Amino acid sequence: MAVLTSSAATRPAGSNPVGMRRLTQLNWFGGAAGWLWLVIVLVPLYWIVVTSFKDQSAFFTQNPFALPADPTIENYRLVIESDFPRYFVNSVVVTAGTIIPAVAISFMAAYAIVRGAGSRLLAGVNGLFLMGLAIPLQATIIPVYLLIIRMHLYDSLLALILPSIAFSIPLSVLVLTNFIRDVPKELFESMRVDGASEWGMLRKLALPLTRPALVTVSIYNGLGVWNGFLLPLILTQSPDKRTLPLALWTFQGQYSVNVPAVLASVVLTTLPIVILYALGRRQLLSGLTAGFSR
Amino acid sequence: MVVPALAMFVVFGIVPLVGVLLLSFAQWDGLGAIHTAGISNWRTVLSDPALPHTVLVTFEIMFLSWAVQTPLSLLLGVFLAGRQRYRALLAVLYFVPLLLSSAAIAITYKALLDPNFGLGPGLHLDFLTQDWLGKGNLAVGVVIFVVSWQFIPFHSLIYQGGVRQIPTTMYEAAAIDGAGRIRQFFSITVPQLKYTIITSSTLMVVGSLTFFDLIFILTAGGPGDATRVLALDMYKRGFQANLMGPASVIAVLLVVLGLILALVLRRLGGSTTASQQEGA
Repeated sequence: MAVLTSSAATRPAGSNPVGMRRLTQLNWFGGAAGWLWLVIVLVPLYWIVVTSFKDQSAFFTQNPFALPADPTIENYRLVIESDFPRYFVNSVVVTAGTIIPAVAISFMAAYAIVRGAGSRLLAGVNGLFLMGLAIPLQATIIPVYLLIIRMHLYDSLLALILPSIAFSIPLSVLVLTNFIRDVPKELFESMRVDGASEWGMLRKLALPLTRPALVTVSIYNGLGVWNGFLLPLILTQSPDKRTLPLALWTFQGQYSVNVPAVLASVVLTTLPIVILYALGRRQLLSGLTAGFSR
Repeated sequence: MVVPALAMFVVFGIVPLVGVLLLSFAQWDGLGAIHTAGISNWRTVLSDPALPHTVLVTFEIMFLSWAVQTPLSLLLGVFLAGRQRYRALLAVLYFVPLLLSSAAIAITYKALLDPNFGLGPGLHLDFLTQDWLGKGNLAVGVVIFVVSWQFIPFHSLIYQGGVRQIPTTMYEAAAIDGAGRIRQFFSITVPQLKYTIITSSTLMVVGSLTFFDLIFILTAGGPGDATRVLALDMYKRGFQANLMGPASVIAVLLVVLGLILALVLRRLGGSTTASQQEGA
């Protein structure tokens, strides 16, 4: 099923090699543009990594793209010996604390919406979630701030987690309903005949078959939460509640003269997500195209 | 089974949406008591001589970033839809900017474009050595470049998916009729991608309303008010000037604008879904 659902989104049915070759022969112009864009994408990334291993004097005197003559991990030591590990843990707590409940409840909702197709009430709920896709997070931040204060959650990690869960729901439900719809009805019917309950079908049938989509929405939402800046900026205050993007920003203010150290912290905040990407790339890309194309 | 998700979404999504409308008629400094204020906030904001400029900048950045990103994403997407192994590798590498937080990207570009210690002076290239973030037009250009750097990879992936759904028989038929590659591109690829173009454009246009962290860190709205977009304006009024009422008015304007743009684009293309989520 994993293959079936992801390939439906990325591969045309019955493509034949001859026709494909015509499409792929696209010409040197496309190729040149493609490689040029790669350069534009990679140059700043290369510069971040190279510079993060330079000391201050090398940063000021060396060619910006030259490899460090005398590579140093001093910048990384400086960052790690600051409160960085604490911010890292905060980010992990907020990200995990968001995506696990968010994906679980979105999955349940998506299952109910697909299985209850025809119910006016569920269709209405689905419509509400879809409308949520068009609500900008920023636009509701002031009442969310008020709500969090009134719930006495201001300046806690929970203050970041609860709104993040809510804002993960619309897209998660959209992608998950698209995937669950692809599960053949006959499978549900035969399980029903065997006496399975809705919970049983959700767990034994829908869950394994939608695993790629679950990974997709987890990574996608995780990315958004991990990189989130606005909620931590507004809903927390104490330095010990900072998450990585906010810490990066304040760090930049403190060490604005020490660019290599700032870039080392950029690398350190990005590394975990790059590793996650490397692990879940296939599902992420196929899920995204399934969720958005057409 | 739908209850937990619905409850969370209503409490932190729908209630605040109603709340922001109510707060736009209230007076609140963010800490103390909330008083009703009638339509005074609306009058203040709508008669603010700075507002048209903010709206103009918002639309300028929205339109220009769309105009830069769409053709490039389309071309890259068509190119990536090919099948050679190295194109798969390119698609992987293209994705990397999306993994960086806007904060990290803004900080990086701030350092790269520094007129004293950035790339230009480092390479002794005069055309790169400018006060990029200190001049209005240049700063707008930088914002658009950085946004494109961050999001073209994502949109080219959407286009890549779209191109692969075009039946190859159409190209074969066109080739038999003697249509060249450029002709095929404009007569088959572009029309067939209509819905993909609308989806991608909706994401770009509506998403551009939410550019906050990138601009906040890169330029803080400056120089002057050259890059002060609506979302930033809302933050400054609400959380820096402690005027939550007027800030809520801006928030309501953002919601209305987002919904209108999403609906207009949907009308253009039949049925698509819009997302406000960053990066989506």
